[in-house]
Amino acid sequence: MLNGTTAELVERKALRINPAKTCQPIGAMYAALGIHGCMPHSHGSQGCCSYHRSHLTRHFKEPVMATTSSFTEGSSVFGGMANLTQAFKNIFTIYNPEIVAVHTTCLSEVIGDDIPTIIKKSIEDGSIPAGKIAIHANTPSFVGSHVTGFSNMVMAMVNYLSEKTGTTLNQVNVIPGFVEPADMREIKRIAAAMSANIVMFPDTSNVLDGPLTGQYKMYPEGGATVAQIKSAGDSIATVALGHFASHVAAATLESKCNVPAAFLELPIGVGATDRFISTLANYAGVEVGPAIELERGRLVDLMSDLHQYFHGKRVAVAGDPDQVIAITQFLVELEMKPVYCITGSPGNQFEKRMHEILDGPVPEAKIKQTADLFELHQWMKNEPVDLLIGNTYGKHIARTENVPFVRFGFPILDRTGHRFFPTVGYMGAVNLINQMINVLLDKKDRECDEEWFELVQ
Amino acid sequence: MSSTIEVLPGRAASIAVAGEAGGAMVCDKHSLAGSVTQRACVFCGSRVVLYPIADALHVVHGPIGCAAYTWDIRGAQSSGPQLHRNSFSTDMQEMDVIYGGEKKLERALMELIEKHQPKAAFVYSTCIVGVIGDDVTAVCKKVEAAKGIPVLSVASEGFKGTKKDGYRAACEAVYTLIGTGDTKSIGPLSINLLGDFNIAGETWIIRDYFKRMGIEVVATITGDGRVDDIRRCHGAKLNLVQCAGSMTHLAKKMKEDHNIPFLKVSFFGLEDMSAALYDTAKFFGDEQLMDKAKEVVRDEIGKFYPQLRVYKEKLIGKKAAIYVGGAFKAFSLVRALRTLGMTTSIVGTQTGDKDDYAQLREMCDAGTVIVDDSNPLELAKFCLEKDVDLFIGGVKERPIAYKLGIGFCDHNHERKEALAGFVGMFNFAKEVYASCCSPVWNYVPRRARSQRPEVSGQKSDAESQTEVAS
Ligand code: SF4
Ligand code: SF4
Repeated sequence: MLNGTTAELVERKALRINPAKTCQPIGAMYAALGIHGCMPHSHGSQGCCSYHRSHLTRHFKEPVMATTSSFTEGSSVFGGMANLTQAFKNIFTIYNPEIVAVHTTCLSEVIGDDIPTIIKKSIEDGSIPAGKIAIHANTPSFVGSHVTGFSNMVMAMVNYLSEKTGTTLNQVNVIPGFVEPADMREIKRIAAAMSANIVMFPDTSNVLDGPLTGQYKMYPEGGATVAQIKSAGDSIATVALGHFASHVAAATLESKCNVPAAFLELPIGVGATDRFISTLANYAGVEVGPAIELERGRLVDLMSDLHQYFHGKRVAVAGDPDQVIAITQFLVELEMKPVYCITGSPGNQFEKRMHEILDGPVPEAKIKQTADLFELHQWMKNEPVDLLIGNTYGKHIARTENVPFVRFGFPILDRTGHRFFPTVGYMGAVNLINQMINVLLDKKDRECDEEWFELVQ
Repeated sequence: MSSTIEVLPGRAASIAVAGEAGGAMVCDKHSLAGSVTQRACVFCGSRVVLYPIADALHVVHGPIGCAAYTWDIRGAQSSGPQLHRNSFSTDMQEMDVIYGGEKKLERALMELIEKHQPKAAFVYSTCIVGVIGDDVTAVCKKVEAAKGIPVLSVASEGFKGTKKDGYRAACEAVYTLIGTGDTKSIGPLSINLLGDFNIAGETWIIRDYFKRMGIEVVATITGDGRVDDIRRCHGAKLNLVQCAGSMTHLAKKMKEDHNIPFLKVSFFGLEDMSAALYDTAKFFGDEQLMDKAKEVVRDEIGKFYPQLRVYKEKLIGKKAAIYVGGAFKAFSLVRALRTLGMTTSIVGTQTGDKDDYAQLREMCDAGTVIVDDSNPLELAKFCLEKDVDLFIGGVKERPIAYKLGIGFCDHNHERKEALAGFVGMFNFAKEVYASCCSPVWNYVPRRARSQRPEVSGQKSDAESQTEVAS
């Protein structure tokens, strides 16, 4: 499919070829699924909602519920107020969620529907029954990317739900970022192992990685409860993971409820996990403890076993900005050379931070925001790499260029590992190393001449 | 659980039971605001139909999402160019929304046509384009004049109807190509295949049957489709319309303007596939052709029947739920399941019309639940009530079926096995058997509680840890 890609670079302004991002609402929908008993609602025409649900299902292999305002031509002219009010009525009557999280779509944004006013009216006229909650986030896709949508919905949780009562609770907020349910599960496991009391939102573990029970539950066991998110206003502090996905929410919580925040990166690799763990231990007033120390030791042991294999390997990375920033640091820790690093999402902070990370160790690195995979592929044609890291869409490039490929990020539509094995924390780093070394050695074993084909590596 | 699930008040009229009294079903309208509909939009319909035309450029004019979600998600195979599998989008930004996206679209088209030299270009409008009022047709005309290839605007703004309207918009776009090519070399025994999308190579299978009968297939619309074939397809003597929901409109137009008759056929199931070949032979009124059709049917059925019988023995009496896009596929599936000795307990579609549902009521066994535009809760409720063993649906239904401990067969655009033709029936049986009779369901509590030793009430370490953390 990509045989036509040429090495010759041309400036493109009007055109996106094989995007490395998608639209805001899908991120908002994913975040909303991390609230317990929540029905995400897509305010727009039914196509968007259907696409977002299908795409999340392809990634998680789980049922994904969301409702839609089902816009018609009429709504596109007269606005979507009637649709949304009617939708609230129907959703609460039949699907009976505790909370509905509304996100907009391109269409309702352009029409200019005023969601807060519609929510207010719906509460007054009983379309949203007493005791039930509706929150909203504006998620126009012609701005930002799916990461922005996620971030906006997490901010909405804080805006609508978090409250300061005055009594500080012995708990630390963790805003995990746009990561997998397995990662959120891992963060909880780490906190528990340290006896740190945390409130994490959103939390999609046990929502999008649920067990097969023979029952179909519209609202699975997992998710941060409304009460928990409310109580976040009384926490000791917030640890926000990932600039693009989590920092706005943490900053909002800081200004709204006076909860101090630590703005960290995703805890991927040794250094970033160290920072996360010590920050959490500090805030929670606990020791890191031997269990976590042991995990760190085992990770470093593995790194020492394999460092020769990783040294100097050229890597191309594509993905969401928080993920790319975090994994690039890890690659540098392994003394690999992340030579091409792109994200599809816009944001100057990405390039700034990436230069801080790479200007020293890999001065030749090409770094670009608002890029697409077509361009990345062209760079790789000009000067090849040893390893490609990215979401499923990278597989076309990996095949065309015969490059070992590690799937990492969102979406992963063709493999299952992401659903079970985290990439955050020390154990997450072990998982990443395992994947990288396997694809590198597999290629060697497959292609090297007989005399170099070795039993022991 | 089943007793606690209600049906939305506004939905009652869209549900019927075969063998019971009741008026015509309410269908073919927009989904209720606030329902978890399984339906998609106009754009989705157009994209599905046109996507397999492999030597055309497909450009989505709109914000990035609409393009991203339709990027290479289905296996509509091409035997040649792979251009259609890329994702080209104008990735509209805020400024484009405010000032209009016509310039950007024009630049994108010029650049892409220059680079890829496609035979034609399709430009899909998304919702936002319909609201800001870009004159896409004018841009297309301009680029067409400059580049000398057909540049076709597909009026697929999502909110302007249902997926069906998208099929129609796609047909309109394709239609502008038809009649522009040279038909001289086309013989008298010639057909077009409409409405097969070459998922998992199905068009190739069907093509081969006709080739064996000595019939020339001029154009396959749109599976493994090529622009030049479509341009000359008005030279064929007959149109075979499979997946009638999407392509009847095109067939009707070709009948009106080019006087080409059409037959509605289905390639799913032994009966329907055989009928398609026989009906074609009958149409040409050629005895020899009928003999050849019989030969093909005999050969193929002979090849697969023994294995099918083995599957049938295992599957007899099992119950299925069907939830698919079009009614025609539903008809075929009901029949195909019968061939395997299975019954259909639930059948629903996203785009069926009144007549379709009337026909389903007639052909299904008494007690079969029939639904239009259903939602997951409803489907789960009926699956449990009817205790089905198999669910046939698309990507969104699969995990729900699994959660309930029910086997699943993807009969939608993301299927990986060819299900059309005689070999397709064999694949279908294999897939149904593999899923219905998989040992994995023995581990599902709902189905196998009695066989499982009691677990003690103690929680595992992992469970108690999660609790502490939350
Ligand atoms: S219209 Fe906007 S919200 Fe809907 S799928 Fe397209 S990009 Fe996403
Ligand atoms: S914006 Fe419109 S065209 Fe795009 S997916 Fe949504 S409903 Fe369909």
